[in-house]
Amino acid sequence: MKTVFARTAVLKDCSTHYCPGCGHGIAHRLVAEAIDELGIQGRTIGIAPVGCSVLLYDYIDVDCIEVAHGRAPAVATGMKRTNPDKIVFSYQGDGDLASIGAAEILHAGHRGEQLTVIFINNAVYGMTGGQMAPTTMLNQVTTTSPKGRSAVEQGYPLQVSEVMAVLPGVVYVERTALDGGAGVRKTKKAIKHAFELQVEGAPGLALVEVLSPCPTYWRMPPAKAMKRIREEMSKFFPVGRLKG
Amino acid sequence: MPETRAITGNGAIAEAMRQIAPDVVAAFPITPSTQIIEDFAGFVADGKVDTELITVESEHSAMSACIGASAAGGRVMTATSANGLALMWEMLYVAAGMRQPILVAVVNRALSAPINIHCDHGDSMGARDAGWIQIYAENNQQAYDNMIMAPAIAGHADVRLPLMVCLDGFIISHSIETMQLEEDRQVQAFIGEHKAFHSLLDTANPSSWGALDLHDYYIEHKKAQQVAMANAKPVIEEVSERFGKEFGRRYELFESYRLDDAERVVVAINSVAGELKEVIDELRDEGEKVGLLKIRVFRPFPYAEIAAALKNSKIVTVLDRSTSMGAYGPLFVEICSSLYDANPRPMLYSRTFGLGGRELLLDDIRDLFEESKRYLNEGKIEKTSDFLNVRGG
Ligand SMILES: Cc1ncc(C[n+]2csc(CCOP(=O)(O)OP(=O)(O)O)c2C)c(N)n1
Repeated sequence: MKTVFARTAVLKDCSTHYCPGCGHGIAHRLVAEAIDELGIQGRTIGIAPVGCSVLLYDYIDVDCIEVAHGRAPAVATGMKRTNPDKIVFSYQGDGDLASIGAAEILHAGHRGEQLTVIFINNAVYGMTGGQMAPTTMLNQVTTTSPKGRSAVEQGYPLQVSEVMAVLPGVVYVERTALDGGAGVRKTKKAIKHAFELQVEGAPGLALVEVLSPCPTYWRMPPAKAMKRIREEMSKFFPVGRLKG
Repeated sequence: MPETRAITGNGAIAEAMRQIAPDVVAAFPITPSTQIIEDFAGFVADGKVDTELITVESEHSAMSACIGASAAGGRVMTATSANGLALMWEMLYVAAGMRQPILVAVVNRALSAPINIHCDHGDSMGARDAGWIQIYAENNQQAYDNMIMAPAIAGHADVRLPLMVCLDGFIISHSIETMQLEEDRQVQAFIGEHKAFHSLLDTANPSSWGALDLHDYYIEHKKAQQVAMANAKPVIEEVSERFGKEFGRRYELFESYRLDDAERVVVAINSVAGELKEVIDELRDEGEKVGLLKIRVFRPFPYAEIAAALKNSKIVTVLDRSTSMGAYGPLFVEICSSLYDANPRPMLYSRTFGLGGRELLLDDIRDLFEESKRYLNEGKIEKTSDFLNVRGG
């Protein structure tokens, strides 16, 4: 019989703890596929964030280190500089990367660290129960913005990729969306490219921002959450290659 | 009218914050304290308070914004846990050194690494030298009551120090208990107006905060903080007494439970006191002379009062829910200091329990009292310091 689908080798054989319709499971799979296809499983180190994907090391079959909230790019820096031949990636949510860890990602980019950063933007702090993140959309209701985010009170959503793209030490920035089949395929390509650049020794940081659904804290069914990415989120966070 | 309500510890703290109605709350969410800020955000959105709620990007910024708001003359509060408190570290010292009466609800949780979300006291105990008053609570009611008393203590003219109200993560923060919420107006009358000292907005009397202070004056300012801490003790007693008269629940610096004639005593902090009391009642029925001293105020530490309360004890077991690596547990060290001059001095030993949420069951507590009985009978302590309920030990 012809095999038409097999489990990605770099994904561990277990089910995840993610809610139905969450984008983290898809993103994990794409990271695992990229590592598998590039044949770098044996020399890749992952940095797990604090956030819903805190158990990344239970799902992606590479050595991982769990670090404090937001510190992944700084830890990754130490790791890569100690082991320049290893492929080091951080996987971070928008709270981790754009909020508490904003200084770390900015300065990893500013120093031109040779890292791969997978940035999952689901517009909320998922892990702690759906509070407002810097990336939360205007008017979006969260547990800390019960009347919806207001530009006057809480500012506009933070476009980290645009900020990162202007740094000379950043070699590649692309924003993609897990909003359907085409979006998933584009995300796969972008993630793989971000790893390839590090494998090739590109002189700086590669970042992929993935717009990702959180049906639980957007309080909508999964299909509607994907539609929201397409129709609402990507208006403010346009998908496409910003650099490189 | 006071209201009897079934509510979580976090919910109770949020209600206290609503009644205190601070000018500014700056916060960043962290389990298990998050619900406090979520509930409070609801109060802001519903217009129940006109607090400026700032959803900052980290706890370091939360405490920084609190310091700014307090120095500008505002009444300021926040809530956090574990790594959140750890990330505030630098600013905790700044808040205390600048004598800003900021109030923080610390929902106790274990520090990383390894990452863990459950209760122990490593977070607030790690901050015990930062210059903050620390008041601990056994249950939801006490957490709420301590928070209601906090503004009058922290903001007292002789004190002017920041203050932490500590409660156990999940065990208290997430447990629903029936308790009494006092009436808004009565609470607000009890708390009184916020009086800022040398506010930066008082342009008629300009002042600077945190200015460079080298070997010329730094040590005087640190001594002044110690004096303020010493002053805090009678102020806490005074405010607690006023609270008792007003609301009928009486609090002291610590709670003495069946202590007067107790020969074997356990000293502990926070929610484990509930289980200890249960076992003590059982053992008392069996004729055992056992008792509990439950710490309420850990900073300033009431050394002399504790020595007096333990004067009839023959053996004291100190339970620490945190550990100081390379040293004895923080509570044990304080109890030893309290009893150094006692004559006769009771036998003393330390047990560390509950790190990262490890359970201590009623049977474990019975075992603990069995052990102290054996030590007392043998007149000798086998292990001065040990961990309870731990593998490999
Ligand atoms: C210093 C510190 N502050 C706060 C937290 C609590 N915390 C854990 S996860 C999280 C938010 C995670 O959100 P995000 O990065 O967007 O990831 P998601 O869970 O949405 O995937 C927060 C605030 C923490 N662990 N450490």
